[in-house]
Amino acid sequence: MMGKSGKLEHIYTSTLVNKKEIKMKTIKFIYKKGVFFLALAFVINVSCERDLSDEVEFATFPATAEVFTDAPIGLGTNFYFPYEGSKPTAWSVDEKVSYEGIASMRFDVPNVNDPEGNYAGAIFRIDGEGSGRDLSGFDALTFWAKASQAVTIGEIGFGEDFGENKYVTTRINVSLTTNWVKYIIPIPDPSKLIQERGMLRYSAGGIGPVGNEVGYTFWLDEVKFEKLGTIAQPQPKILNGEDVAQQTFTGSKIDIAARGLTQTFNVSGKNVTVNTTPAYFTFTSSNTGVAVIDEKGVVDVIGKGDSDITAELGSVTAIGSLKVTSNGVFPGAPAPMRPEANVKSIYSDTYTSATESNFTPNFGGSTTQTTEAGSNGDSVQLYTNNNFTGIIFNNTVDASELTHLHVDIYTQQSGTNVELQIRDVGANGEIETNVFNGFPSGDDKDSRFTASGLTVGSWTSVDIPLEGDLASQKNNLGALILVGGPDFILDNIYFYKE
Amino acid sequence: MIKKNKHIMKIKTMLLVSFAFVLAFMISSCETDETQTVARFTELVMSDEFDADGAPNSAIWNFDIGTGENGWGNNELQYYTDRSENVTVQNGVLIITAKEEQFNGSNYTSARLLTKGKFEQTYGRFEARIRLPYGKGIWPAFWLLGDDSNGSQDWPQIGEIDIMEYVGDDPTRVFGTVHGPGYSGAEGVTKSYELEGDRFDTGFHIFGIEWGPDYINYYVDDVLYNQITPDDVPGEWVFNRGPFYIILNVAVGGALPGAPNAETVFPQNMLVDYVRVYKNSNNL
Repeated sequence: MMGKSGKLEHIYTSTLVNKKEIKMKTIKFIYKKGVFFLALAFVINVSCERDLSDEVEFATFPATAEVFTDAPIGLGTNFYFPYEGSKPTAWSVDEKVSYEGIASMRFDVPNVNDPEGNYAGAIFRIDGEGSGRDLSGFDALTFWAKASQAVTIGEIGFGEDFGENKYVTTRINVSLTTNWVKYIIPIPDPSKLIQERGMLRYSAGGIGPVGNEVGYTFWLDEVKFEKLGTIAQPQPKILNGEDVAQQTFTGSKIDIAARGLTQTFNVSGKNVTVNTTPAYFTFTSSNTGVAVIDEKGVVDVIGKGDSDITAELGSVTAIGSLKVTSNGVFPGAPAPMRPEANVKSIYSDTYTSATESNFTPNFGGSTTQTTEAGSNGDSVQLYTNNNFTGIIFNNTVDASELTHLHVDIYTQQSGTNVELQIRDVGANGEIETNVFNGFPSGDDKDSRFTASGLTVGSWTSVDIPLEGDLASQKNNLGALILVGGPDFILDNIYFYKE
Repeated sequence: MIKKNKHIMKIKTMLLVSFAFVLAFMISSCETDETQTVARFTELVMSDEFDADGAPNSAIWNFDIGTGENGWGNNELQYYTDRSENVTVQNGVLIITAKEEQFNGSNYTSARLLTKGKFEQTYGRFEARIRLPYGKGIWPAFWLLGDDSNGSQDWPQIGEIDIMEYVGDDPTRVFGTVHGPGYSGAEGVTKSYELEGDRFDTGFHIFGIEWGPDYINYYVDDVLYNQITPDDVPGEWVFNRGPFYIILNVAVGGALPGAPNAETVFPQNMLVDYVRVYKNSNNL
């Protein structure tokens, strides 16, 4: 059971015999090793009345607090891993600037046109597979920071290891000034962090208008984990703290982790919120005949009926919930009959797709939830609470020889109207929209069609001619914009010629 | 607790060896430790341990009801009631609950208990073990007011001894204050006490004074943090006469804490494990 440590195995044997005896053995062991991690193991063992488990091994990782004082502490040799597209040399040790001691961490955020990378971002990971620290005795990552000018850093946190990234914790929009100020990033649940390699992560872009961002420099010093004791009153949230109701069908998956998991603490009187991962939470489904949820926060809808998905973090009930209403197995859309040679498909189980597409573009201001549901090799896209969203084609579609767009639409609510805007993005391949009226600008063109009079509870096939502004420009179709509804299902989205 | 602590310091090198001892210490520090080395008065004359569930013991406690004048003189926002939603005894503690609700024209309700006419005393040791609420705009207090001789005397001449005050957006700090003529309102003689690496809203702490002729000693847990004497006040010393009665309350808003904000969570509870009063054994 224990594998590596003969001594621990010995304790395990004692457990079965006599509690008092374990205590003695544990003490001896602690004395030999000289630290209190094993004491923790002992407490866990006695209080839970469980056999010693693998956790005992995890608890032997060092509880080193410091990440950087005047140099990186205990990170090994190969610890800096920049994010893709970021400037790999953004970080350095600055021996001219420090809050305390002789050096600080310096981050030179590049200008947006820097050929080496248009932002700065990286993880600091303890070197070595199987390494890590026991951070369970701390309650926050803290550091002092300042910048060359007042600036907001997009993300600073810890817990990212480019492995499972299980406990990524991030404070977003950290405002720095030109003076040294201490910042606190609370640990959502320290008891989870018994072997953590991700000591620090950051991501920072330049400031200024989009496309013209200018770089700057910021410094961190005395970066360490601390037990402050002033972090309390947790208010964990899922779904950004909202009670969301979602209509769905058997076979669909709903990713709660992608929709706002946070932990908020009162830190010396003021709230500090961090973004977290599902691994900090324990999720519960009130009706496991309808929906089950895994440790990654993904809901699997497996039957007809209602289920409430709730969560806890460190035994505190999270604010926010998801009410899943499954309508059971949905009737499949009518199978398309057109010959494949006449079709360029966007989404269908019948045809090969002409391009991959992004069904969740997360437009600013969009309230839409999009999920894919599938059973028996028939997948559909479910749209809930749609105001506007889109299907963005990864590659443009040349429809100059084609005449129509086909879409199958299903709804359960009478009065559902869905506007489809077929967008040609022009030669530059970019979606360009007049932000005041929503119409295409630049070299874009579109054609709009509202599907109304939909039959409730069955599929309606819609065939939209590629006419209007598209009659003369349909060789770079790049997106379908979907407006209104608000609740409907789409399948068999393809362009074709009659 | 203090003694044990010292003992541990002396045998620092033994600490790692003697895990069982460490554990014993840890357990004891989790429990109620009522040893008061800073206090010398030991003759208990009144205590409410809040052991009977339900309404507070009416032989000891009255209630202030309503909003007083100008929000009890401080533009406080709450309406005080004696309803069980705002004040009740459960599981060995008195619970004062500040709620956000529309009630008789106020946006908040809470409770204020006082021993006026039921228990009053001059001098002595007054202490309570309390877990405080938190959040911007929350203002709990454990304090004493001088008897007004049936309204014939006015504040601040009657004297006010604030054993513990605290504002919920500064959860690591409490303060003790005296008010009298020439040092009333914001001019009170005050000192704060800050917890290191801990907060007053996550566990119980003991707040007390020892009060005798010409002095009031302030303590939190086992730390004596202030002494106020007639030399410290810029006016008449009104604390060599009495008697004084006890008040426990949770105010919402008002000049001192400011109004609650979006981060303030309601309801908020102040839990009182006990209130105990000892006689000044040196000056019967």
